[in-house]
Amino acid sequence: MIGRKALVAATGVVMLLFVLAHSFGALSVFTGPNGINAYAQALQNLGPLLLAFRAVMVFVLILHVTFAIMVTATNWKAKPDRYAVRRTRVATFAGETMLWSGLLLLAFIVCHILQFTLHATPDVVIRIDAQGRLDVFAMMRESLRLAPVSIAYLIAMSALFLHLFHGIQSVSQTIGLLNEKTKPMFQIAGITLSTLLLLGYGTIPLMILAGMGVFGK
Amino acid sequence: MRPRKQAAPFERRNMTLKLIVWRQKNPDEKGQFETYTARNITPDHSFLEMLDVVNEELIREGKNPIAFDHDCREGICGMCSMVVNGIAHGGHERTTVCQLHMRKFKNGDTIYIEPWRARAFPILFDLVTDRSALDKIIEAGGYISCHTGGVPDGNDILISKTAGDYAMDAAQCIGCGACVAACPNGAAMLFTGAKVSHFAALPQGQVEAPERVAAMVKAMQECGFGNCSNHYECEAVCPKGIHTKFISRMNREFLKALFKENTGTFTPSEK
Ligand code: HEM
Ligand code: FES
Repeated sequence: MIGRKALVAATGVVMLLFVLAHSFGALSVFTGPNGINAYAQALQNLGPLLLAFRAVMVFVLILHVTFAIMVTATNWKAKPDRYAVRRTRVATFAGETMLWSGLLLLAFIVCHILQFTLHATPDVVIRIDAQGRLDVFAMMRESLRLAPVSIAYLIAMSALFLHLFHGIQSVSQTIGLLNEKTKPMFQIAGITLSTLLLLGYGTIPLMILAGMGVFGK
Repeated sequence: MRPRKQAAPFERRNMTLKLIVWRQKNPDEKGQFETYTARNITPDHSFLEMLDVVNEELIREGKNPIAFDHDCREGICGMCSMVVNGIAHGGHERTTVCQLHMRKFKNGDTIYIEPWRARAFPILFDLVTDRSALDKIIEAGGYISCHTGGVPDGNDILISKTAGDYAMDAAQCIGCGACVAACPNGAAMLFTGAKVSHFAALPQGQVEAPERVAAMVKAMQECGFGNCSNHYECEAVCPKGIHTKFISRMNREFLKALFKENTGTFTPSEK
């Protein structure tokens, strides 16, 4: 049981690192078409390396989801009857809803890949920019200009925030690094990172919706 | 000088409370809540004494008294066990329910009283649960398998003050099971973690540390306890204030043990 949870934590950390790195890529949209299109092209130029990386990430995601669901199932079985008066003292909403924020994230990840990796959704606009690269900037702007798409992204980012708000400090306990001294440090790290990610990713759909900055024209 | 105000004479105000108590005749029957009125309760009554008062009245009326576990009634044995208004032991810091006093309640309060709830703790009757699963975990590895002789001479085995204090903090556990009762996952990781850490901190326990943690975690799983999701509800209700750093320590010991050969000291039934 500890081993399974450690796997959830390890894969969670890998995905956290990915989400952090990915946020820099996504935020390059603020540097205008030139910035993000060049970045996307650079990634594409990695060729097989990019494919291998994607395969690893999918594998990591599948491991995380499988073991997280297994752990949660054991936990539900271990507590079949609830109390008539339900009161918690320190548990957080984020902590109690890990499965739900996780499932929301899973749905989002599937949609996000279909949309911006496979270009399989009807909203996606494919253009080639002046340098002959895929115009990722236009693609993001045209899709996220649709309010339902933007709202879905904002909801998904809130789920990510909740998941990591609990998840980051939780990892310290799962892999055995928590004590009186480190507990507040990990808690602060969790709150800071999850908030930064929410703000970082969240501004993209908001700015596009508002037509501000580089999205003005 | 102004004359000092006379202190009000000590007044003993008796309370009347409404109790909503879980009643269950046997392990197989489905239980239900019953409502009782507790009369003539003084602020000095402990919670269990308050139940004694109610029970005496029930007995006088020829009804079955409410069954609950208790022994020392001074907060050291770990027998008393009930969830009061949704919180194991009633929610006063580092207080077992036998040491919870009625002065914490107000006249006219409604109090819900429920047994520990977890799959590994089946209800025997009313508020009494079978907590022998905790004993199974101890049987699996909560000891040192070799004879350690008599009490060693002072400073014969050197143990640092920090390690000693750490082990003593872990050894505070009285095994009441409030951690399991409070855990949304019915996990016994605070209990087991405290025991594992207690041994892992001391030279006598370190020899068998990998085998111990593997065996105790296995027992925990077999008894039907859940897994830690790091909500820290256990620590919040623990009457001895056991810190969740001991769960973290157990996780570390367990992961370390994966990379060590298991000599099987504590797992006679296996392999
Ligand atoms: C961007 C994607 C994701 C990231 C960065 C992520 C990260 C994490 C982290 C760091 C933890 C904490 C591990 C621990 O407590 O030690 C965690 C736990 C968890 N994750 Fe995820 N996760 C992601 C996606 C998902 C998905 C798609 C699911 C779908 C089921 C999921 C379900 C869970 C559950 C249920 C737990 C809690 C397990 C428990 O303690 O009971 N996660 N995640
Ligand atoms: S009866 Fe002994 S601890 Fe409460």
